[in-house]
Amino acid sequence: MFVQQLINGIILGSTYALIALGYTMVYGIIELINFAHGEIYMFGAFTGMILMTRFNLPFPAALLLAMVTAALMGVTVEYVAYRPLRRSPRLAALISAIGASIFLQNLALLLWGSRPQNFPSPFKIKVYQSSFFSISQLEIIILVISFLLMVGLSFFIKNTRTGKAMRATAQDRDTASLMGININRIITITFAIGSALGAAAGVLVGIYFRTVNPMMGVMPGLKGFVAAVLGGIGSIPGAMLGGLLLGIAEVAGVAYISSQYRDAIAFAILIIVLLFKPSGLVGLPDQEKV
Amino acid sequence: MNVYYLQLLILIGINIIMASSLNLVIGYTGQLSLGHAAFMSLGAYTSALATLRLGLPFGAALLIGAVVAALFGIVIGLPTLQLKGDYLAIATLGFGEIVRIVFLNLDITGGAVGLRGIPKETDFLWVICLVLITGFALNRIIHSRVGRALLAIREDETAAESMGINSTYYKTLCFGVGAFFAGIGGGLFAHWFRYIHPNTFGFLNSIEYLCMVVLGGLGNMWGAVIGAGLLTIIPELLRQIADLRLLIYGIVLIIMMRVRPQGILGQSQGKSTHTLSRYYKQILGKIKNR
Repeated sequence: MFVQQLINGIILGSTYALIALGYTMVYGIIELINFAHGEIYMFGAFTGMILMTRFNLPFPAALLLAMVTAALMGVTVEYVAYRPLRRSPRLAALISAIGASIFLQNLALLLWGSRPQNFPSPFKIKVYQSSFFSISQLEIIILVISFLLMVGLSFFIKNTRTGKAMRATAQDRDTASLMGININRIITITFAIGSALGAAAGVLVGIYFRTVNPMMGVMPGLKGFVAAVLGGIGSIPGAMLGGLLLGIAEVAGVAYISSQYRDAIAFAILIIVLLFKPSGLVGLPDQEKV
Repeated sequence: MNVYYLQLLILIGINIIMASSLNLVIGYTGQLSLGHAAFMSLGAYTSALATLRLGLPFGAALLIGAVVAALFGIVIGLPTLQLKGDYLAIATLGFGEIVRIVFLNLDITGGAVGLRGIPKETDFLWVICLVLITGFALNRIIHSRVGRALLAIREDETAAESMGINSTYYKTLCFGVGAFFAGIGGGLFAHWFRYIHPNTFGFLNSIEYLCMVVLGGLGNMWGAVIGAGLLTIIPELLRQIADLRLLIYGIVLIIMMRVRPQGILGQSQGKSTHTLSRYYKQILGKIKNR
């Protein structure tokens, strides 16, 4: 029972982690809560669904194309709604982000209606049983894909030139630009990668729960942010850890406390973490400059 | 008077109370709260239960609702107001969601069915009187010693503290006062529509009040009034194109932040570095133009 809950938690948590990465990368570089991120996740799920049902693409191709589409979308949102406000008060950018989120949500409602739509299942339902737990082939695939994406991202950030430039920009934007880093290019890349990961999470959740709808991004969007704060916002390993912990806590809460308070658990954890360690589990304390 | 216009006027009145009380918290004290609708729901449910179950007169029920909201404001504010900026925003957002989920699951509030059969007590006279009282009270607070302390905290909390202002005390006080008037708004709302549901007071509603304040102009009494009026009337005007309503709402927010980030009546944030940084930008512009 316990092992089974743990596995379910890790599966849910790995999708939260993918969403959280998008938040944390963007926040790390431009200090903005990208409220439209949940909607990018939703659009990713819809794109994947449409590619698989109407264009009969195989799952890997649909996943990849959904990620590319979402990346373009994230970059567009940044260009239209955030870039012109980079020197404005923080609150203005936040409202603009909220505006973008409301716009995208209603665009989806207009395009696809409010009715939930079925997500095709690309895999045969094959379940592996052991004495402690059972796991389906689908669940294994979700875990493998999300872990591959996370490992890939870590490698990219640590070992490539662009990754290094991203870290430098997150540390100090002005100094990085003096060192010859094209800040706008880095921000674009950050949004592209974050959005692609969000879309991947959307498609994975789609094949897992077999349904998509225009409002599906709201709660996971908020929880992805909770996961990012839990791990320490701005920290990439933190987002992964925060996502997994949040998923496990949520599943455990449903199993041992009450399923009605499922969504409240995430926010209760958030408030507790904020009160006792606002910098998150692996984040560095944020010193206030006088 | 036509019932439709009467309802519109009452809604504008309630929104003015909500927006101006939020303006005290965000505009004058600089504390970004994303949970204002939660205080409204506390006032709405408490006062509705007071008239419905206890048979109290409307005025007393409104007052009890407001006091309960204020108490929650203080209890929530005391720990969370230690947080700054985005962290406070997220903590209040989390609190708002917890309140909503708790109301969705309690028996006494009618749970997910909502609370119906609330007596219709709110009328135009009640609303206009309470709008005036709210406006007068907030105006007196802002132009008092307390108000100056709040402004000092907004401008620079560290400097305010070093001047002997107990920032925790004043921030909590302002949060309590804001919640008190939000509770009144909730009571009026419940006794006009006669039916309340936890999702009427969700995260998006808090965002709506935030938008009213920012659109009208942060830290301006009349700004909140204008913002509340506009954002109540504009969606009504767009009713013919119901599907596009929120789509346009989102676009308006983005354009508004681009064109006039300080809102219709707001002054640009008067930080001490402001003129200096503008001067610096002018010089930079001149160098670039060469």
